Amino acid sequence: MRFTLTDEQQMIQAMAREFAESEIRPIAAEIDREARFPHETVKRMAELGLLGIIVPEAWGGSGGDTVSYVVALEEIARACASHAVVMAVNNSLYCWPVLTYGTDEQKERFLTPFAAGHQLGCFALTEPQAGSDATNQHTLAVRDGDAYVLNGKKQFVSTGREASAALVFCQTDVAKGSHGISAFLVEKSAPGLSVSKTEDKLGIRASDTAELVFEDCRVPAAQRLGEEGQGFRIALSTLDGGRIGIAAQAVGIARAAYERSIAYARERTSFGVPIGQHQMVQWMLADMATTIDGARLLTQRAAALKDAGAPHGAAAAMAKLFAAETAMKVTTDAIQVHGGYGYIKEYDVERYFRDAKITQIYEGTSQIQKLVIARHVLGERA
Amino acid sequence: MKILVAIKQVPDTATQMKLGADGKTIDPTGITWIVSPYDEFAVEEALRIKEKRGQGEVVAVSLGPDRVKEALRSCLAMGCDRAIHLNDPAWGAADTLMTARALAAVVKQEAPQLVLCGRQAIDDDMGALPAQLGELLGWPSAYWIMEEAVDADGKTVRVARQVEGGLEVFDLPLPAIVTAQKGLNEPRYPTLKGIMGAKKKELKDVKAADVGLAAEAPQLSITALEALPPRPPGRIIQGDLPTAVKELVRSLREDAKAI
Repeated sequence: MRFTLTDEQQMIQAMAREFAESEIRPIAAEIDREARFPHETVKRMAELGLLGIIVPEAWGGSGGDTVSYVVALEEIARACASHAVVMAVNNSLYCWPVLTYGTDEQKERFLTPFAAGHQLGCFALTEPQAGSDATNQHTLAVRDGDAYVLNGKKQFVSTGREASAALVFCQTDVAKGSHGISAFLVEKSAPGLSVSKTEDKLGIRASDTAELVFEDCRVPAAQRLGEEGQGFRIALSTLDGGRIGIAAQAVGIARAAYERSIAYARERTSFGVPIGQHQMVQWMLADMATTIDGARLLTQRAAALKDAGAPHGAAAAMAKLFAAETAMKVTTDAIQVHGGYGYIKEYDVERYFRDAKITQIYEGTSQIQKLVIARHVLGERA
Repeated sequence: MKILVAIKQVPDTATQMKLGADGKTIDPTGITWIVSPYDEFAVEEALRIKEKRGQGEVVAVSLGPDRVKEALRSCLAMGCDRAIHLNDPAWGAADTLMTARALAAVVKQEAPQLVLCGRQAIDDDMGALPAQLGELLGWPSAYWIMEEAVDADGKTVRVARQVEGGLEVFDLPLPAIVTAQKGLNEPRYPTLKGIMGAKKKELKDVKAADVGLAAEAPQLSITALEALPPRPPGRIIQGDLPTAVKELVRSLREDAKAI
């Protein structure tokens, strides 16, 4: 068993770290405050090849592996969780399914410019009544000649406003339930598709979370991804990979909070000594260090399994569950270490705390991860 | 146009330096190694010259132990076409002159039109190598360059050198040696594609014998290294503001002799 990254993975990590430190971190607090999408730095991420890491060069990507993806994503999330979600969504929720299930014609149009980061993609599964209950899809796609006509509403779509294309899940055969769901690649400019609102959120405020409305939106049949009825399987396998990315994001957020706490514990004094000398602070720091390491190991293991082509659904769910819970606990304790200073916006731990919360919710709540893990350990099919 | 960039691998500036047990070396444990920042400016400039001319070759070269491959790979990831690693126990105790001789031998083999390097390495800050290399090759050299322009024919280079209060401009016939000062450019990050592609590029190991050099003794030997004395703690002047200001001024004038 080896616990070292390859030379390439280390170089990618170093590049992502330096870039995030010098170009993203300085603007992170400001774009959070203003809820402003960071177009310029997202463009820089595209130039560096961070938006299509796992896509082969032939399709506009960087030709890297999933381990490289998670080490880079951790570095970006450490500087800014909003940048990390934009990166995660484009890489794993959009490019990966198009790469895996798309035809060459679909890849030409819906993958190459997206893997290169010239355009962004998004993943539209959630609906007002279909969150954890994702099979309860009400958006309908009705076949009409060589096209489908889409009607319905998609909610909480990360990058939904900024994206140029969406991977949309719709019911094509209501009678078949989850086996009647199909996936479609839809250009955002398609007539009948509109962004009805952008959410005002607790955290990851610089990323946009939008509601997409489909009103008689005609989508050519050639833009259906995979077979009719294959949609839900595409969604689940995509989320298996996506969760590894969210785990990496959670590790990055937790690490940022932990590093700030270490620095603060060294410099802040109380009762005549640095607070790091107090056992109760040490206790929190030791727990942070241990759980972050555990979360990272689970995350990198899930990524390595995916790279090896091995089953990784349970490993991804464990990584995502543990990393998200770790991020929430570590950021909560980071505020505790900082005391009153941690509660004000001048110190970044306040933002880390707000950003951490979403990792327990999106791409499957912590409760859903437990459900996935339980089904795996009990040997039942989902 | 072929450009050779000489780089040095140095400890990261954030590294806490510790002396080795012999008191003459640095303890390498825990050191993160990087390409010396001034050398990164040189790499960046070489790549820009090549890109601007639309053709050419950029060769990175460095002397040092096995770990130096990592630094050369970073240069390849940034965009250098190939790399040469002067890697031989015979160079284990190389001083700047030995290094310059080794580089001069490589330059003679490679015959580049331009040699670029940083104005000095940030570890020992000697800054002697470019001049020694220029002397050994008999090439014109210009140091601390803030701006550079190779002419269209690739026959001369115009350089602007940082001097107090301004820039000194020179025209040098090529081949020449130019050393980079901070401000020459902003080095790029390697892209993911660049990193993935670096492994496929040539990184050649070269021994002293390969460039026709016999073992020699260094001209320079280190007698001792001393750690910096610990910084004295700051002083906080207590008391009400008018008294404290008076005491501050007195202290700056009489104790620190700063005003």
